[in-house]
Amino acid sequence: MAKMKALVCRECGKEYPPKAIHVCEMCFGPLEVKYNYEEIKGTISRKKIEQGPHSMWRYIDLLPVESTAIIGPHAGLTPLVRAKNLAAYLGLDELYIKNDTVNHPTLSFKDRVVSVALTRARELGFETVACASTGNLANSVAAHAAAAGMKCYVFIPADLEAAKVLGNLIYKPNVVEVEGNYDDVNRLCSEIAGEHGWAFVNINIRPYYAEGSKTLAFETVEQLGWRTPDQVVIPMASGSLLTKIWKGLNEMHALGLVDQVRTKINGAQAEGCSPIATAFKAGRDFFKPVKPKTIAKSLAIGNPADGYYALKATGESKGAMDAVTDEEVVEGIKLLAQTEGIFAETAGGVTIGVLCKLVKQGLIKKSDVTVAYITGNGLKTQEAVVDAVGRPFRIQPSLVNFQKTFKMGKNSGGDS
Amino acid sequence: MTSLRFHIRFPENKIKEPIIYQIGHEFKVVTNVRRADVRETTGWMDLELTGETEEIERAIDGIRTKGCVVDPIELNVVE
Repeated sequence: MAKMKALVCRECGKEYPPKAIHVCEMCFGPLEVKYNYEEIKGTISRKKIEQGPHSMWRYIDLLPVESTAIIGPHAGLTPLVRAKNLAAYLGLDELYIKNDTVNHPTLSFKDRVVSVALTRARELGFETVACASTGNLANSVAAHAAAAGMKCYVFIPADLEAAKVLGNLIYKPNVVEVEGNYDDVNRLCSEIAGEHGWAFVNINIRPYYAEGSKTLAFETVEQLGWRTPDQVVIPMASGSLLTKIWKGLNEMHALGLVDQVRTKINGAQAEGCSPIATAFKAGRDFFKPVKPKTIAKSLAIGNPADGYYALKATGESKGAMDAVTDEEVVEGIKLLAQTEGIFAETAGGVTIGVLCKLVKQGLIKKSDVTVAYITGNGLKTQEAVVDAVGRPFRIQPSLVNFQKTFKMGKNSGGDS
Repeated sequence: MTSLRFHIRFPENKIKEPIIYQIGHEFKVVTNVRRADVRETTGWMDLELTGETEEIERAIDGIRTKGCVVDPIELNVVE
């Protein structure tokens, strides 16, 4: 029997064969992958995983693909960095950074989900892949499609910054600039996905695509020595990443890979786009869509598809959610860079900002083993910090001038 | 004939209005509500519209003109 049982509606429970569909025909609820856990339990083990490839594909038993012809075989298994300096600053005993700023090949966690999506798309017989994106997703789809020799369409808003457009064009996909606002691009792409026989990674392939995020949970547990953390802090855009980390932890427990799941799932958003965190703080089980206005553009989804499920996951785990200002985002980026030497994009600033808040509020305690998920590289959003990092020292090309600038005597201050 | 699926949001002051009934009369589209949640201060529904593509587009504009917000069924597609 195959490890994938079906696609199942998250609302009404109706099951479908695991094809390229994403919405329940009955109630229009979203579909997700249902596995045959009894079958998987008989084959999976810690030892087997540890002997697997040095990538997220060591967890292939829990990913929705049938073949071993992987697209993106090097994605994942990024460092889990013991953040001693940041921990000392925050007064925590054991803090880790899950560092997807160095994910392969495009330096964001999207390489995980896209690797799964394209592998599954090719299995299902697609030759053309597509996505609608303003940043990391487009980069990853274009890069993976190029490597796999698949045709690729990337839809972007016509007013996207030149640097971000270049980051896609280099892989030579068909980049389509759509005139109109975010909502116009959003609706057009949904309609195109319905009309053409393409694999739209975050539309008709979404049930498979989203599963790639679980590998962040699997890797964290393995890298902690097969322990679940007490607390995790996760940035939220659509909310999918948070729900899948929760799902991944629970799968590991169900399969006997860990004894218990004691993890509190905490969600982080920017105040300029915080529909999920706002609903959580108001005690609501539904969110009110917003018009995003934040420098954290990779999290700027005003009407998040998984918002409801993210609220549910955080509630079940007894975690919390919070939001930070754009100023706090920049401070978060600087704090992580200056304590741990990791340059995160704005989403990372959101995560660190909310981590600081939760510690201050006493929701994360000193003894809690805590993991913060840093999902993208700071080189992609340099404009966010360009005015906040100071200027270099400018000196004349003379030793005296150098020593004066740093108030050094002739033989002082040397490291050698 | 085309069938397209949408997520419609109603502002508080529109919750009592028979907007879907009106759309079915004003445009040549078949309206089919599959899921909905209407409360005192907020409401949404997942709606299928069937008809010629241009007529569906006009119907969507009509729903927007009546003060509702129309999104694709997937909500966010651009990431």
